[in-house]
Amino acid sequence: YDISADKGERSRDRHKSRSKDSRSEKSVTINTPPAEPLLGDSSVRGEQVQDDNWGETTTAVTGTSEHSLSQEDIVRITKDLEDSVGLDCRRYVTRTIAVILGLLVFLTPLAFLVLPHILWPEKLQSCGTACEGLYISVAFKLLILLLAVWALFFRPARAGLPRVFVFRVLLAVLVFLFVVSYWLFYSVRILDSQDDNYQGIVQYAVSLVDALLFIHYLAVVLLELRQLQPCFSVCVTRSSDGETRHYNLGQLSIQRAALAIIEHYYCDFPIHNPALLSASKSRAAKHLAGLKVYNVDGPGNNAAAGMAQSQSRAMIAAAARRRDTSHNELYYEEAEHERRVRKRRARLVVAVEEAFTHIKRMQEEEPKKAPGDVMDPREAAQAIFPSMARALQKYLRTTKQQHCHSMESIQQHLAFCITNNMTPKAFLESYLTPGPTLQYGKDHWLGRRWTLISEASVTNGLKDGSVFVLKCVDFSLVVTAKKIPYIQMSEEYIDPKSHKFVLRLQSETSV
Amino acid sequence: MSFVPGKPVTAVVQKIEIQKLRQGDNLILGFSIGGGIDQDPGQNPFSEDKSDKGIYVTRITPGGPAEVADLRVGDKIMQVNGWDMTVVTHDQARKKLTKKKEEVVRLLITRKSLEEAVKHSKGCHPRQ
Repeated sequence: YDISADKGERSRDRHKSRSKDSRSEKSVTINTPPAEPLLGDSSVRGEQVQDDNWGETTTAVTGTSEHSLSQEDIVRITKDLEDSVGLDCRRYVTRTIAVILGLLVFLTPLAFLVLPHILWPEKLQSCGTACEGLYISVAFKLLILLLAVWALFFRPARAGLPRVFVFRVLLAVLVFLFVVSYWLFYSVRILDSQDDNYQGIVQYAVSLVDALLFIHYLAVVLLELRQLQPCFSVCVTRSSDGETRHYNLGQLSIQRAALAIIEHYYCDFPIHNPALLSASKSRAAKHLAGLKVYNVDGPGNNAAAGMAQSQSRAMIAAAARRRDTSHNELYYEEAEHERRVRKRRARLVVAVEEAFTHIKRMQEEEPKKAPGDVMDPREAAQAIFPSMARALQKYLRTTKQQHCHSMESIQQHLAFCITNNMTPKAFLESYLTPGPTLQYGKDHWLGRRWTLISEASVTNGLKDGSVFVLKCVDFSLVVTAKKIPYIQMSEEYIDPKSHKFVLRLQSETSV
Repeated sequence: MSFVPGKPVTAVVQKIEIQKLRQGDNLILGFSIGGGIDQDPGQNPFSEDKSDKGIYVTRITPGGPAEVADLRVGDKIMQVNGWDMTVVTHDQARKKLTKKKEEVVRLLITRKSLEEAVKHSKGCHPRQ
């Protein structure tokens, strides 16, 4: 019964598409039959001469041959070189500057304490109790500073941003100037004059370490705390299929906001599937193919731009006039697809559930079976995979996901589910709904480069109405930022005793 | 027909006399009442003013003593045997109507059509 119903629907579809094609052939044509359609690549490149026999006599100049490099290739190669050398260079430079600054910061207080002992040991006053107490204070504060700097600055870099991180540069400059000014004071007032008050020198070193701890506090506030309070609501839309998400971000520069958004993208957006977009593209192509526009006026009449304009105007007018029934086709096609997907899904669920009943976790108390019967998860997965493979493959083909999952990855996932005592439904979940990008094999996201396209400078802060685009090879993410409005809240007090109720009756009595 | 506290209530009334019918041990009048000062006046379908808490006739048993005496659905009962019915609770009204010792009840009822009739007659025949 089912098979015949399928066949009937398929033949109906075929009949429909045939009739649609015959209808589309009755397009708006304004004559000369032997002429080539002017809607082609040639018109895009702006050829002026409209010779009817041009196809036979022209020699075509192609972009590249096998042995030559086109202009685009050269540009691309130099850009690649630049990029790879540029980024590595910058990372090393940053690291070296950070290490030099760190050494400067840590060795300065120690130098302040040690230098008097080296240069004028005889004149120096001996260190009393208070002074030795300060030694301990210097030691512990330096230790705390060391741990704090390690925690805040020496984390693995998670991204390479296009421009420098403004706050870090400011802080580095501040620390450098600070230490240099302390050194200046020290060398002029203490080294030159060979001051003998050692306690004063130790106090001076302690004040340096205190000030460095305060600068570190400033660094924590500027780099970490300031952007925690949400200030902007950003709307992120993927250009290929319109998936939209909203996030709350604090006050960040555009490049840091872009970084945060990309990290959210990998976690929230379902994987980009180019196979799902082919349907709308084919519909658009059918729209264009149905119309043919011929220029009745002779060659050399208008400028190329005027010609293109009149062509497009004629096309739009013709498209508006003819009765387009492609919406009908779309409706039936989508309904049919929905039915097919649901049927395949039902078959798949049944097949997987049945497959899972074939294996069982072996209990420890059971009498030991022969070694041939006992399997590890991988072997168990391989044993039950064939019974569900066909149903799974058909389902993936119908939902156009077959390129996201290789057989190896499916078996691995099955072994993983078996090991962790998951139900068939849990196993199927990653195939029934498209998951975030990182869930799939490495080739889907490894080596992906993002380009930030923005009209404002990327180190500017986010503002209300900022728009920027994060471009990737296959698609782009369009980001719009809106300021979260100022929230005015007022309070209203309700006395708990004020909750009182009355009965509303309407009785009727017969007398 | 609504009352303003402190001001006297005026209405055009009709006197209706109902003979109670004996059914076994009970004396019945053959109609149902609704309303009262302890009830919700907003749910009264017969009153013009939805804050009127008076006693209204909500149903008449066909063929009963009330129907015979020309009592109609929607009539507002103003007095029962001299007892006021405009400011009473539902239960007090029921008690005044179902006294076992009385065999006849004399009601003063008012209805919209009475007011209209009086106005009409006044208008048609102005006093000379």
